[in-house]
Amino acid sequence: MHQYSIAEMSQGLERGDFTSVELTQHFLDRIDEHNAEINAFVTVTAELALEQARNADAVRAAGQAGPLTGVPFAHKDIFCTDGVRTSCASKMLDPFVAPYDAAVVERMREAGMVMLGKLNMDEFAMGSSNETSYYGPVKNPWDTERVPGGSSGGSAAAVAARLVPAATGTDTGGSIRQPAAFCNLTGLKPTYGRVSRYGMIAFASSLDQAGPFGRSAEDCAYLLSAMAGHDERDSTCANEPVPDYIGALDQPLKGIKVGLPKEFFGEEMPASIRESVDAAIEVYRAQGAEIVEVSLPNAHLSVPVYYVVAPAECSSNLSRMDGVRFGHRCEDPKDLQDLYTRSRAEGFGDEVKRRIMVGAYALSAGYYDAYYLKAQQLRQLISDDFKKAFEQVDFLLSPTAPETAFKFGEKGDDPVSMYLSDIYTIAVNLAGVPALSMPGQTVDGLPVGIQLIGNYFDEARLLAAAHQFQLATDYHKASPEAFA
Amino acid sequence: MSLTADDVKKIARLAALDIRPEQVADYEKNLSSILNLVEQMDAVDTTGVEPMAHPLHMVQPLRDDAVTEEDQRDHFQEHAPATEDGYYLVPKVIE
Repeated sequence: MHQYSIAEMSQGLERGDFTSVELTQHFLDRIDEHNAEINAFVTVTAELALEQARNADAVRAAGQAGPLTGVPFAHKDIFCTDGVRTSCASKMLDPFVAPYDAAVVERMREAGMVMLGKLNMDEFAMGSSNETSYYGPVKNPWDTERVPGGSSGGSAAAVAARLVPAATGTDTGGSIRQPAAFCNLTGLKPTYGRVSRYGMIAFASSLDQAGPFGRSAEDCAYLLSAMAGHDERDSTCANEPVPDYIGALDQPLKGIKVGLPKEFFGEEMPASIRESVDAAIEVYRAQGAEIVEVSLPNAHLSVPVYYVVAPAECSSNLSRMDGVRFGHRCEDPKDLQDLYTRSRAEGFGDEVKRRIMVGAYALSAGYYDAYYLKAQQLRQLISDDFKKAFEQVDFLLSPTAPETAFKFGEKGDDPVSMYLSDIYTIAVNLAGVPALSMPGQTVDGLPVGIQLIGNYFDEARLLAAAHQFQLATDYHKASPEAFA
Repeated sequence: MSLTADDVKKIARLAALDIRPEQVADYEKNLSSILNLVEQMDAVDTTGVEPMAHPLHMVQPLRDDAVTEEDQRDHFQEHAPATEDGYYLVPKVIE
């Protein structure tokens, strides 16, 4: 049952092959059996899940089921869930039980989906390996000595190990796409503003976007249909119609123009990754797509620009964690200042503190123009590069990451070496365009992600292009043997 | 760009983080490394480029000036570290 796609689960439920309670119990049993091996779940909500499953079965019996009614999934622990701990994998929020539901949580529930629990992640979504979690690192089901990627590593590992059919994640600089790449999944970062950020704990507000993880583009199309849409509680959420993502999957590739950003195909790309990317390009060529070289001349500045913009916004967003109204408070504060500084020093991990400090510095008197303003200007240039590229082509293709899943501790003590894991994904967040990662040809038995980048609100085109690729290839069907 | 120990202490104060003396050297090294990365930005002349604050150039939406929130103070304070009579408790501020 756990190898079914979302469409197959939906059909099985509709035919009465199994009930949502049976499906839910099956996945809860798998979590019991396997979660300790990969540490993907922070919280399992078994009772709540079975209650939601019983409701879903009743809704179906009443003839009111939608395509996702009764299908289990799990949320990254960054989405507020009313009455359920919402930790952001931080000691700071370890005691935090959210008093309301995030918009994404509401929407998935309204679609009838069954939440199995909350998934591990890098602390406050800051990391590319899941090593910064307060609850310990998530392990990659393909090789448990390797990282699952980050920050949505729990989401990726849980779906890859088939402990859950699908999951939500968030992507500020690559946090959906890079773990999807490392775990052989399809993961989509929608256009900035496509999905409401209401109740999603903020890291960098002008970059954060929620999106789905599935085993295929088709799975992601189902999930995005439930997640996307206007929400007046998030003033940056776009009031744009939500197209029929599932109906659009059949768009053929013939005559489509695929752009290869030449700056992404330089010497930094290892030959093994290049081979996998070339194989993907051939699949598109064979289906009648035209392959065109394009240029993103400022893309090489994305990582430096990101490490000003994201820390600046994070230092501001995380100032609400002060030990006063919620979250961790230090013992016996001697005065108010001591309460703030000690609660924060105890509550935040090293990487979060580093980013808060970089942000505080970049925004401080005398440095604002040199750092934050400069970064915003470059962000404009990076964004313009994408606009020009999309005048020539329908979407762009590149690797998702410059490597396969690396080993724990491999990146050493210098934070910058970890930051460079995101060289192909970060520009997308700065521009705000949508992008997905889908499985390509493996290297030494490890998954490789192929990234497709689209124009604003062109998710349907991206999902269709990935779906057509997946009709022609089997890469996405592979799952780790230890969890078969 | 290299930060000094005094810079690190000043930044920690701005960020409201209590940094132990033995951690200062580590922060000096790591923050300097991040700032060196960031300085690659200087290679491009951005004179006259409009700064981009937001990916979609949207107009801020407006709504009617009407009450939309209910009072949920008790609910929100259920998980607060310390409260009394509906107030959040902190150490005495004025001597």
